[in-house]
Amino acid sequence: MNQPKLNLSPKVSDEIRKTTCYMCACRCGIDVHINHTAEGDKVAYIEGNRAHPVNRGVLCAKGSAGIMQHNAPSRLRAPLKRTGPRGSGEFEEISWEEAFRIAEGWLRPIRASDPSKLAFFTGRDQSQSFTSWWAQAFGTPNYAAHGGFCSVNMAAGGIYTIGGAFWEFGQPDWDRTRLFILFGVAEDHDSNPLKMGIGKLKKRGAKVVGVNPVRSGYNAVADEWYGITPGTDGLLILSLVHCLLKAGKIDLEYLRDYTDAPVLIDADPDSATHGLALLDDDGHKLVWCRDEQRARCFDAETVNPDLAGTWERDGIVHRTVFQHMVDKYLDPAYAPEAIADRVGISAGRIHALAAEIARTAFEEAIELDIPWTDFRGRRHATMKGRPVSFHAMRGISAHANGFQTCRALHMLQILIGSVETPGGFRFKPPYPKAATAHPKPHRNHQPNAPLDGPHLGFVHGPEDLALRPDGSPARIDKAFTWENPMSAHGLMHMVISNAHAGDPYRIDTLFLYMANMAWNSSMNTRGTMEMLSDTDENGDYVIPHIIYADTYSSETVAYADLVLPDTTYLERHDCISLLDRPISEAEAAADAIRWPVVETDRDVRAFQTAMIQLGARLGLPGMVKDDGTAKFADFADYMVNHERRPGVGPLMGWRGNGEGGESHGRGAPNPAQLDRYIENGGFCLAHVPEEGQFMKPWNKAYQDWAVEIGLFDKPSPYIFTLWCEPLRRFQLAAEGVGDLQPPDHLRDRIRTTMDPLPIWWDPSEGQDGAGEYDVHALTQRPMAMYHSWGTQNAWLRQIHGRNPMYLPTEIWEAEGFADGDWARIASPHGEITVPVAHMPALNHRTIWTWNAIGKRKGAWALHDNAPETDKGFLLNHLIHELLPPKKDGMRWSNSDPITGQAAWFDLKVRVEKTAPPPDLASRPGLAPQVSPVGQGPDQLRWEVK
Amino acid sequence: MTALPERTDRKLGLVIDLDTCVGCHACVIACKGWNTQHYGAPLSDQDAYGDASGTFLNRIHSYQVEPEHGASQTIHFPKSCLHCEDAPCVTVCPTGASYKRAEDGIVLVNEDACMGCGLCAWACPYGAREVDMAAGIMKKCTLCVDRIYNENLPEADRQPACVRTCPSGARHFGDLGDPDSDVSRLVAERGGVDLMPEQNTKPVNQYLPPRPKDRLQAPEMTGDEDILAPWLAPVAEEPQGFLKWLDGALERL
Repeated sequence: MNQPKLNLSPKVSDEIRKTTCYMCACRCGIDVHINHTAEGDKVAYIEGNRAHPVNRGVLCAKGSAGIMQHNAPSRLRAPLKRTGPRGSGEFEEISWEEAFRIAEGWLRPIRASDPSKLAFFTGRDQSQSFTSWWAQAFGTPNYAAHGGFCSVNMAAGGIYTIGGAFWEFGQPDWDRTRLFILFGVAEDHDSNPLKMGIGKLKKRGAKVVGVNPVRSGYNAVADEWYGITPGTDGLLILSLVHCLLKAGKIDLEYLRDYTDAPVLIDADPDSATHGLALLDDDGHKLVWCRDEQRARCFDAETVNPDLAGTWERDGIVHRTVFQHMVDKYLDPAYAPEAIADRVGISAGRIHALAAEIARTAFEEAIELDIPWTDFRGRRHATMKGRPVSFHAMRGISAHANGFQTCRALHMLQILIGSVETPGGFRFKPPYPKAATAHPKPHRNHQPNAPLDGPHLGFVHGPEDLALRPDGSPARIDKAFTWENPMSAHGLMHMVISNAHAGDPYRIDTLFLYMANMAWNSSMNTRGTMEMLSDTDENGDYVIPHIIYADTYSSETVAYADLVLPDTTYLERHDCISLLDRPISEAEAAADAIRWPVVETDRDVRAFQTAMIQLGARLGLPGMVKDDGTAKFADFADYMVNHERRPGVGPLMGWRGNGEGGESHGRGAPNPAQLDRYIENGGFCLAHVPEEGQFMKPWNKAYQDWAVEIGLFDKPSPYIFTLWCEPLRRFQLAAEGVGDLQPPDHLRDRIRTTMDPLPIWWDPSEGQDGAGEYDVHALTQRPMAMYHSWGTQNAWLRQIHGRNPMYLPTEIWEAEGFADGDWARIASPHGEITVPVAHMPALNHRTIWTWNAIGKRKGAWALHDNAPETDKGFLLNHLIHELLPPKKDGMRWSNSDPITGQAAWFDLKVRVEKTAPPPDLASRPGLAPQVSPVGQGPDQLRWEVK
Repeated sequence: MTALPERTDRKLGLVIDLDTCVGCHACVIACKGWNTQHYGAPLSDQDAYGDASGTFLNRIHSYQVEPEHGASQTIHFPKSCLHCEDAPCVTVCPTGASYKRAEDGIVLVNEDACMGCGLCAWACPYGAREVDMAAGIMKKCTLCVDRIYNENLPEADRQPACVRTCPSGARHFGDLGDPDSDVSRLVAERGGVDLMPEQNTKPVNQYLPPRPKDRLQAPEMTGDEDILAPWLAPVAEEPQGFLKWLDGALERL
């Protein structure tokens, strides 16, 4: 034996600094191990923070690979001024002073003449409370984050129905749920919590059901896989609703007490309020009281609402919401036998799923001995729960029928009483929050003045649309117009196309932040690149100025005239705020910070700091003092000292600087606040009292706590809205009622799609070229990559450096494919030639590939032989931002007609076997860009001594 | 040739739950990060920003399974050194660099004695060893021997980096030689298996097989009966009947 003696307790690192990950939008807590070296402090190793509420110590591949992102050779080093043509990648490095001078030179005249000439859109939507505040102060109506091309249907469908959404805004009751049903999620927001939750269920032996055309990732471990046909989720859900209703397996008490199911709806087709709720003089919704046999206010303490029925009042017939539901969903058209072929799942499997939902919800019901008081003032001895929970994301929402599908899923949850009840789906503060408690969109602008309010919000009828007096769109993305009235997140995917077309008007400066719009974040990638670099008859760019802020040398950098280089996430302050998208848990409000755990070694500035400095130079209100000097030195200063309302600022923790001491929630700015966060591991938790932990929308204890902590200024209980009145108001207008009328060409579409109860239609109709394109094509995001960023990461790109198109057995065999083959994939818009691979665990008429693996040569500091540039490819080339022309020649945007969400997943294609290209490179091949940062080193032997 | 210890005091190893692994690669990168910064030569990457190829001690493979009945399945299969009791990689080593620790059974490479000949990688039936091209020596899973006893780490962190980081809790670490350990019990409960037992390497690491899938089915129908029975019998055949049922049900609330 020659066993050497080992040092089993080597030093781990010199110091641990705790901050928040930003390798994706999940916001896990990380322990950054730092070594003190002769060249300064260096990041040696990153692992999860055990005390952190989001990840409890675990960390995904991206998080652990943060060290490679932080040190990536693709990092920008200084502000850049374009020297070659747009798209070439030719730049010179300039000083920040010069960069600010250039930006000011474009922006100051815009603000003085017409602020709407600035379109400011950010890919990153977790600093939205800050970026929207900046855009409001500038005064442009043209601001949004990327939600419109991401998953606004999920957010809006949820907020309009239950006052909250999946995303990371809620979570299954992982400790109590017995049946978890996951619709359309590959990798997404809340990625580690989802994995941890599924792990918990697996440990307990609870059942996991995956509804997804592709059996990868979470669906691979699902006990039951429903390999659904893309775009038909809504139909499957309505069939489950049909089965449960028909069998009476619904939670009547819950429907009666916490939802609008008993609310009386005007059922007289000749009435001007047909389809709207009957209200009392104070605007409260009325229900029919079974005890008093009269219409009464829904929130009266002693009301006993009837659920179904028809009553006449003042000569007008009214029916309850529930009666409408019964009439609609008991229709045999929703029976499993009627829809099985369409959804690609046998009727027996659909029946069995409905039965499993019913059995778990009602035979395994939960009751917690937690007394609580509801908003009617009634005391309850227990909390009753239905241990069935759901989660869904982009897979069901990125379809043109996604809004209604998301609403259908929430309706299903409501029917079985599993929202905010033990074992079901739970909100995280600041949710629950009714749609009516959110702002409405604002668009009124004038020279040298701030906008009249927040840009984005929730519309409740035609009067809330962002239209100019002549009826034309007020916003460059045409959000909040008759084309997509409830576009709560804007339509970032239409900005470049509209700005290029000058429709609805021309802009001067396009300012983008962290959005790879010249590549994987746009539909019609090649067309978008052309629009960004297109010139007019004078040789001037059609979009006159483009400013872009990013940390890395992406494809979009090449199209900017001015590049503002951001820091990495380990070099800057950031604020994960309750005003925005915090990291709360169902049982606690939580927010967090990032702070510079290492110093930057480049001439770069944190984006938010750069915006604060630019804002001060422009003299924007809120960013300068009365004497015109800068109000905030940097973003850290803003995080501590900015107040949105008195006592309420970006961070809730350790507020107060007076004698009252420090407390969470409301309080004056505290100069020591960031130190307190750092001492606490970078986050702050404020627990919801036990009595308030479930039934939150109706729970007095929760509502009082929410006021105390500053989420609301007064208790704001509400009932769930199965009947979406805003939809009905648009429908009414389309029927000719009211002064505000849609253009005639949109009337039919509004009438048919904006049903106040969830409906389903085939979203890919019209995309299949009369049957020529009969295969669905999708992308999924890999768990080890986030958007395009992962590609510059030397470790992660070894996991996903190329992406074949995965084909199901039916297509594989019909076309006679073999390993190593290539295919030509064509859509009505274009074609790509790509490598293929066989995947049996796939819906039989669906093909898919990984998202955002393909890269343009020259981007991300990659070498020319990087497989991403020839073995990788984008599906985006096949997807157009406009649908094929209608009979009348009109081209509608490839978006949900209600919210404007980009309908990425409605794509239909044709697959043909083809000879491999002679150079074995995927098509289309696009010209390379020059790298402004050179190329990465050949070999890595990463070790920080 | 190098000798194996006659017996080891403990059999430390991993239990990997294939019913829970979602294939996220968290373990792969946590391992890469820890072992690049710690234990021996850093794990290098060649052509790191081109056609990259680097050293990993743990990799995930994905397989498609087509059962005779029911839908096809995807299995994610993490693979690293299994710390075999009869480790052919040790006995084949010409320099004595590869060895199995007598106290806990961990199979390691003494990097000072390794000449990078690659015989051990050839002998390993699992493909669990990789030569680091920059260092010219053999690298393999150390079971984080520099973590599991490390007094500079809090006790809760004295486990392999892959186990500590696994988000779904699919990886477990412990003494598989102790029948009362948590990992041994888990193996007994869930029917844990050896990987490729026919190789007679007696791997210490165990895999928990996926549970049976896709069993929700409606029964075979014989003809005229209501397809919903017996689970979801309709409360009424006609809408009016449904409303009568509803009225009665509300009365009982």
